[in-house]
Amino acid sequence: MKPDTLRDRIIPVLTILLVIVTIWYVGAYFMNAPFQRDLDRRGNVTSTTMEFIGKTMSQPKPILPAPHQVVSNFVENTFMRSVTSNRSLVYHAWVTLSSTVAGFTFGTLLGILIAVGIVHVKALDRSLMPWIIASQTIPILAIAPMVIVVLGAINITGLIPKAIISTYLSFFPVAVGMVKGLRSPELIQLDLMRTYHASAAQTFWKLRVPASIPFLFTSMKVAIAASLVGAIVGELPTGAVAGIGSKLLAGAYYSQTIDIWSALIAGSVLAALLVTIVGIIAKIVDRAMGGRPA
Amino acid sequence: MAENQSSVVSAKKLGLTFETSDGPVHALSNVDLEVKKGDFVSFIGPSGCGKTTFLRVIADLEKATSGEITVNGMSPEEARKSRSYGYVFQAPALYPWRTIEKNIALPLEIMGYSAADRASRIERTLDLVNLAGFGKKYPWQLSGGMQQRASIARALAFDADLLLMDEPFGALDEIVRDHLNEQLLKLWARTEKTICFVTHSIPEAVYLSTKIVVMSPRPGRVTDVIESTLPKERPLEIRETPEFLEIAHRVREGLRAGHSYEE
Repeated sequence: MKPDTLRDRIIPVLTILLVIVTIWYVGAYFMNAPFQRDLDRRGNVTSTTMEFIGKTMSQPKPILPAPHQVVSNFVENTFMRSVTSNRSLVYHAWVTLSSTVAGFTFGTLLGILIAVGIVHVKALDRSLMPWIIASQTIPILAIAPMVIVVLGAINITGLIPKAIISTYLSFFPVAVGMVKGLRSPELIQLDLMRTYHASAAQTFWKLRVPASIPFLFTSMKVAIAASLVGAIVGELPTGAVAGIGSKLLAGAYYSQTIDIWSALIAGSVLAALLVTIVGIIAKIVDRAMGGRPA
Repeated sequence: MAENQSSVVSAKKLGLTFETSDGPVHALSNVDLEVKKGDFVSFIGPSGCGKTTFLRVIADLEKATSGEITVNGMSPEEARKSRSYGYVFQAPALYPWRTIEKNIALPLEIMGYSAADRASRIERTLDLVNLAGFGKKYPWQLSGGMQQRASIARALAFDADLLLMDEPFGALDEIVRDHLNEQLLKLWARTEKTICFVTHSIPEAVYLSTKIVVMSPRPGRVTDVIESTLPKERPLEIRETPEFLEIAHRVREGLRAGHSYEE
């Protein structure tokens, strides 16, 4: 049967979206109603049920903003402002994106390097893995302020400390995935190389590396999302002036809940974009390597 | 055939014992065998008789634990390092990210053949296994039989005059297998290689071989060596002749004798 994009992909996704939006509206009503009731009583205002519901959905600083409030704030701050303005979400997303990409690039390279070491050096295989796993059990929220403060003390601020936190989060999936990928060739394929009296370098470049590529892309999808989390977390403790994280923090300071939510959405859109880009590159590379069309 | 043919594989009292947690396993014991240049030798026997292990010892993929073996007059390790044999595995083991011609080029790249030399060798070997025109295809675009032929082409691409084949057609259906057997004989005649061929099919062994080595398990050993009296020219119909059936009978007797002490 021919796959039907509308039936197989769009309708299921839209259905879930509709469910989420409905729950969100109901939630917004119940979260904001007590404050609105309080306000109305003090102002001696009486309103019909419909008017009352409308008011819970249009507070300037609601506990839970309604979806349309978030959407209009998001649209306004994304498309209506100059991208250099510090009220523009595009500007903040760009700041976060640059440290995400820097951290992701370093993290991926570091992860690959560690994996190559683990696969080829027995001593590293035995010693390194427990430490790598331990490194990820430490909460990033505990590490991030220390990194920022320590680097700040030696006058390294801005992009690099944030990128380091992203690196810290993103090297792990790549290292684990690449160890698996570099070890994925079957015994028979390794035996074949042995019958040719291939050198270790030849076996590495002609067999282990190509065999590991699918594993690399799978782990890079996880790593790029982790990098973004790292960059946002890195913006929180510094009181950074720009970036999605600083936008979240500023919103929290001034109870600008609508701003918090629209910054959250900007973060998710960014994550989705990044993961999609990695996915598209993965598909192109797979095609170039003779992958069977799905 | 002349008596003074040079010996390609020569094993004397060869033994191989695997140490396992359940105690030693005697995969090979006291194997004496001579393979002469130009021979087509089949190794036949039930699973566990050490036929594949013996092939892997020749290829230096396993080390013998006792006795002596030489390949082209050298130790198996030296023979492997001087690239004296091509090995065809049970599965094609083609690299899925390489096209068929790139797969055939793999050993040539590793051994440092020039690009022009690689191209002409790829063309020649594709032709030898009747895959001309399929060079640009990826392995998944080919049937199982074609993939195995491509893996034979890969083993023929470089200058090794010994071909080691480990049940190369074991996973294929009988019609394809008959066809490939016929092609393999023609290829053997054209290339004048020495072939060691592991199989568990009696008709296949008798049809292909100039010499059939019957083996039996626990410990893996040679129970009979049969020199085939069939002519070098063998149409598929030869399998109906009394001479063929007589040799097949002797192989079957040998297999049965090796099995008599168990079950």
